[in-house]
Amino acid sequence: MTLRLEPRTVPSPWMGILSPVIALVVTVLAGGTLFFALGKDPGSVLSVFLLEPFHGVRALTELGLKATPLILCSVGLALCFRSNIWNIGAEGQFLVGAITGGGLALWVTAARVPLSPWAFFPLVVLAGAAGGAAWAAIVAFLRDRFHANEILVSLMLVYIANLLLNWLVFGPWKDPKGFNFPQTMSFSAATALPRVFPGLRLHWGVAVALLAAFAMWLFVFRTYRGMQLQVGGPAPAAARYAGFSSRAALWTALLISGALAGIAGAFEVAGPMGQLTPYVSNGYGFTAIIVAFVGRLHPLGCVLGSVLLSMILIGGELAQSRVGLPSAVSGVFQGVLLLALLGCDTLTLYRPRWSSSR
Amino acid sequence: MNELALLVGATLSAGTPLAIAGMGLLVNERVGVLNLGAEGTMLVAAVSGFAVAFHTGNTALALAAGALAGAALAALFGWLVIWLNTNQYATGLAVSLFGAGFSAFVGIDYVGRQLVQHGAPSIPVLRDLPFLGPALFQQHPVVYLTMLLAPLTALFLYRTRAGLVLRSIGEAPDAAHALGYPVRRIRLAAVMVGGALCGVSGAYLSVVYTPLWVEGMVAGRGWIALALTVFATWRPARILLGAYLFGGATMLQFHLQAQGVQVASQFMTMLPYAATIVVLVLISRNAAWIRLNMPASLGKPFFPGS
Repeated sequence: MTLRLEPRTVPSPWMGILSPVIALVVTVLAGGTLFFALGKDPGSVLSVFLLEPFHGVRALTELGLKATPLILCSVGLALCFRSNIWNIGAEGQFLVGAITGGGLALWVTAARVPLSPWAFFPLVVLAGAAGGAAWAAIVAFLRDRFHANEILVSLMLVYIANLLLNWLVFGPWKDPKGFNFPQTMSFSAATALPRVFPGLRLHWGVAVALLAAFAMWLFVFRTYRGMQLQVGGPAPAAARYAGFSSRAALWTALLISGALAGIAGAFEVAGPMGQLTPYVSNGYGFTAIIVAFVGRLHPLGCVLGSVLLSMILIGGELAQSRVGLPSAVSGVFQGVLLLALLGCDTLTLYRPRWSSSR
Repeated sequence: MNELALLVGATLSAGTPLAIAGMGLLVNERVGVLNLGAEGTMLVAAVSGFAVAFHTGNTALALAAGALAGAALAALFGWLVIWLNTNQYATGLAVSLFGAGFSAFVGIDYVGRQLVQHGAPSIPVLRDLPFLGPALFQQHPVVYLTMLLAPLTALFLYRTRAGLVLRSIGEAPDAAHALGYPVRRIRLAAVMVGGALCGVSGAYLSVVYTPLWVEGMVAGRGWIALALTVFATWRPARILLGAYLFGGATMLQFHLQAQGVQVASQFMTMLPYAATIVVLVLISRNAAWIRLNMPASLGKPFFPGS
């Protein structure tokens, strides 16, 4: 008896929805086994991951706070992956957005520019978008002009962006009164992102993220240009025949995803952080890759996926304080979830069959 | 003069992990499978190797543990992409993300631990030669074995029947399947060999090269090794050469700092990453040339007809 896969004539729509659910169940089971092996009570650890992030208003707003950068990054990545452009460097674009957004906030703070938070809000969006888009433009240019592989270039740029940020906060931008910590001075209240609820950290960036997801849905599914991109990606020959430019698709997808990741980075420094440090990112750009796949490369799926992955990130932090597990456990969860999801996706394209022959 | 000798020696040592992983990925890609999980595989192997070295004090055993961990992770990747036909890009990324998380999780108890040092191994008599001694003959045995790895890989690929079959599967899996070769099993074997070599490379980093365990310590070497296969246009000798060039770029930063060059250390550390982009651009300018040597089925799934 062996398992064989028969290609389906049409991808199963049911499996498209079910496979993330199955993958989540597999991940939870794998996590439970891991905790059991470590001598922890799987039930209580899993409740920390699955229930506590949703428990109460404060927890829910924290979930939204974490989901904001993930939505922004993943929606852009989904557009890239749909167009068959493998931008793996959202993390770098996020960091450069944090640098440009943080730089603007730093300047406003140091020069005492008379601004109100609501006036600063659009400016920081623009600064972040410009930084992230510029970083992604390097990838687009080198791929367009020299055929340089975008996976490797965008990844190398992550390391470079990281070192650039380190240089700034250890060097020219370091707070002279910061006891030699690698951080800039705290930004003034004028640059703080407006909060949605008084006293809670959730800021209005979350609305920008949701708006971006909705705009992306309109773009991808309701516009001619969005359709062009999706044809150009998987079938460049067909796209050329139809008169669509794959170069335009390359630039559009990379610039949009870079700008969105940059906005996420700018929000992170102007919002919850309030200053630039080497640790602004938390790996959001990489986690967003998982979100994009969990969300089936669909903008609205990305929103749901972001909530799910935020839950895992927060669960990892809680696991550290509540049950003494290293917070790195959320990284394990993320990896297992993506692997399980990709495995389950096979079921949408193939029908499993048991057969007695070889 | 003596400083130059040390620079050459350090370059060989820094290039070695790139060469081992690059050679593994070359075999892997020659059979038509692109494994973007190299970085994560190396991380898992680095922590496994470090753990074994920490508890046994045996370097050879630690390198073997790294190979085993690498092969195991590659087997999982291979099963997903070869049997379940998952997307090679996405699955490789998943392995990298999983490896980063898993190694950080498992390695938390080993951060800051010291390995028992055995003193620099070296070749008697030859090590005392002026200049050549410090440059070439005071290295870990793995460094010399790596130099042998390139000609051996080339011999295997171009002068043996098995190597021919392997390459033909990378070029035309359908034809190989029609001739009766078990395409998927051979692919899995090559992927596991690639994973094992990435594993040796990762364990070398944490056990011999650094030697310590820090989260994320592979620091992009897995990705640079992937870039190496492109630079080398899938030729073993060029992998070795490229690896040493990159080892040189890595070492140059310390050399320049020792010379008192006034540049922030972060810009020095950028060198290997920036160099990767520059070389990638120079090589890729000629798309036809890359395509000439690239295994034709690279990254494409193969599904034997029912």
